[in-house]
Amino acid sequence: MLRTLWANRSKFPLHIIVFLAPAVIIYSTFMIYPLIDSLRLSLYAPDDNQQEVFVGLDNYQKLTTDDLWQPRLEGAIKNNIKFFAIHMLVQNPIGLLLAALLSSQFIRGRAIYRTVIFTPTVLSVVLIGFIWRMILSPLWGISADVIDFINANIIDNLNTLGFGIDAIENQPWLGLENTALPTLALISVWQWIGIPMMLFLAALISIPDELIEAARVDGATAWGVFWRIKFRLILPTVGIVGVLTFVGNFNAFDLIYTTQRATAGPNYSTDILGTFFYRTFFGIQLTPGNPTMGATIAGVMFLIILAGVLLYMFGWQRRILQVEY
Amino acid sequence: MTAIRQLRPAQTIQLVIAHLVLLAYTALAMFPIILIVINSVKSKRAIFTTPYAMPNSNTWDPIGYETVWDRASFPSYFQNSIIVTLASLLLIMLAGSMAAWALAEYRFPGNAIMGLYLALGIMIPIRLGTVSILRLVVDLHLVGTLYALILVYTASGLPLAVFILTNFMKQVPRDLKDAARVDGASEYRIYLMILPLVRPALGTVMVFNMIPIWNDLWFPLILAPSEKSKTVTLGAQSFLGQFVNDWNAVLASLSLAMIPMVILYIIFSRQLIRGLTAGAVK
Repeated sequence: MLRTLWANRSKFPLHIIVFLAPAVIIYSTFMIYPLIDSLRLSLYAPDDNQQEVFVGLDNYQKLTTDDLWQPRLEGAIKNNIKFFAIHMLVQNPIGLLLAALLSSQFIRGRAIYRTVIFTPTVLSVVLIGFIWRMILSPLWGISADVIDFINANIIDNLNTLGFGIDAIENQPWLGLENTALPTLALISVWQWIGIPMMLFLAALISIPDELIEAARVDGATAWGVFWRIKFRLILPTVGIVGVLTFVGNFNAFDLIYTTQRATAGPNYSTDILGTFFYRTFFGIQLTPGNPTMGATIAGVMFLIILAGVLLYMFGWQRRILQVEY
Repeated sequence: MTAIRQLRPAQTIQLVIAHLVLLAYTALAMFPIILIVINSVKSKRAIFTTPYAMPNSNTWDPIGYETVWDRASFPSYFQNSIIVTLASLLLIMLAGSMAAWALAEYRFPGNAIMGLYLALGIMIPIRLGTVSILRLVVDLHLVGTLYALILVYTASGLPLAVFILTNFMKQVPRDLKDAARVDGASEYRIYLMILPLVRPALGTVMVFNMIPIWNDLWFPLILAPSEKSKTVTLGAQSFLGQFVNDWNAVLASLSLAMIPMVILYIIFSRQLIRGLTAGAVK
């Protein structure tokens, strides 16, 4: 038995091993091993002698029931869901609208619009965070000017047409508990909108013209063509955009850290799983880091992301296949 | 012009509305960036009194740039970012294309499982393994070196690279490879021969990885926070944090970190967008 295995192994062509080795070694060492080891660490805790000992699911229990941990976990998850919901409701529909407009061959200067609108996406989150901190700073007063402009030019005009819209009041948007998180989510939308726009655009321009022409001949309006034909054909992309947004949001960190520091203020109102994980693992100010509890939070994030990805793979993709056939 | 004249009035109105929407969004995308750049070369007084005006001889004052030059080592940050990004991209493309070639070309026991194993990392963010990555990097004595960053970014970029390149390499015509084999070329030679044929896919892989690696804050913050190993993103973050009340310095450092990226982006935007959309359609 052993001998045949060995014989098979010696017959396994060397060049295949050579081709696979670099990728498999780097990927296994720096990605797969740490992910598994981190899940293992979430089952350990330091004892009185600072030795890490196996404690089973105690860390998870502590995280979900302990008076010190549970409110932070619940807050981070709730905030993360809000952060994700704003992306799904604002970023992806506007991305789709822009892509739909840019896919029309009647629009001149499409390439210029596309290039400019994508620009914020190539900049680092750190720069975006500070740019918006400046713009929203009450000291500089840019946001007050912009809001005055919107009140005077848009809302007043709409109100003379009979809409009853209240004027927007300027606020320290990043400094108040009820506005900080939505503001940060909208900044993130502003930065990342280029990604759904590009993915939708690529899907829309790959739809064969004959299909659209046939519908036009049958008398369908542009609106009807879009929702009944184009949108259905790009449903796979809608799913991809959704799952990418989900994974990106539940793993987000940089923007909150840059604008609100690791404490995710005011009063934890912008704390999401990424900042909670960083704070716990690395520690802040006088609180030392706690690697095993950090690994536990990473474990929770892993479960949430895995659930989302599996739901997409087995829920969405399978239904899409049924629609297609 | 003729195309527009043939449109019905209703369509012309639709066209005007479409342009208005696109122009409004373009303004929203550019306004913050332009505002930062034009104010970065103004005196502190002018930043607050006339923020929307272009700089002129009365308001011109590059004091912010002088502060940045004196107090932060941006050239060294740029150098670190360039080394990390280029080395990671090179390793991703080399190791990724080799593995993709093995998966696409040879039938061997475990081929499908190996493909699945390498694809696992596409959807799982590498950040979740950070606790163990830091321990590993400490054990290997790589803390505060650029090697740690390069290896981590390579590992996280490989899954998607192997996936895209395998699909692409499967489409290379058989005849070409068989002809080379008849001529007695080794398997390694054939791989090198195929590489130029998958250039578009390599371009897509590069585009997908370049911007996230350059812009990452998480791993530089945790694995390489020392002054000599800081990347531009981390360097800008800590400089901005320290000088948050010096408006000239903040505006100047934001512009300094932004302008090279924007210029590079404008030069390569066509390739970048083509790469993104090609990868998306796949």
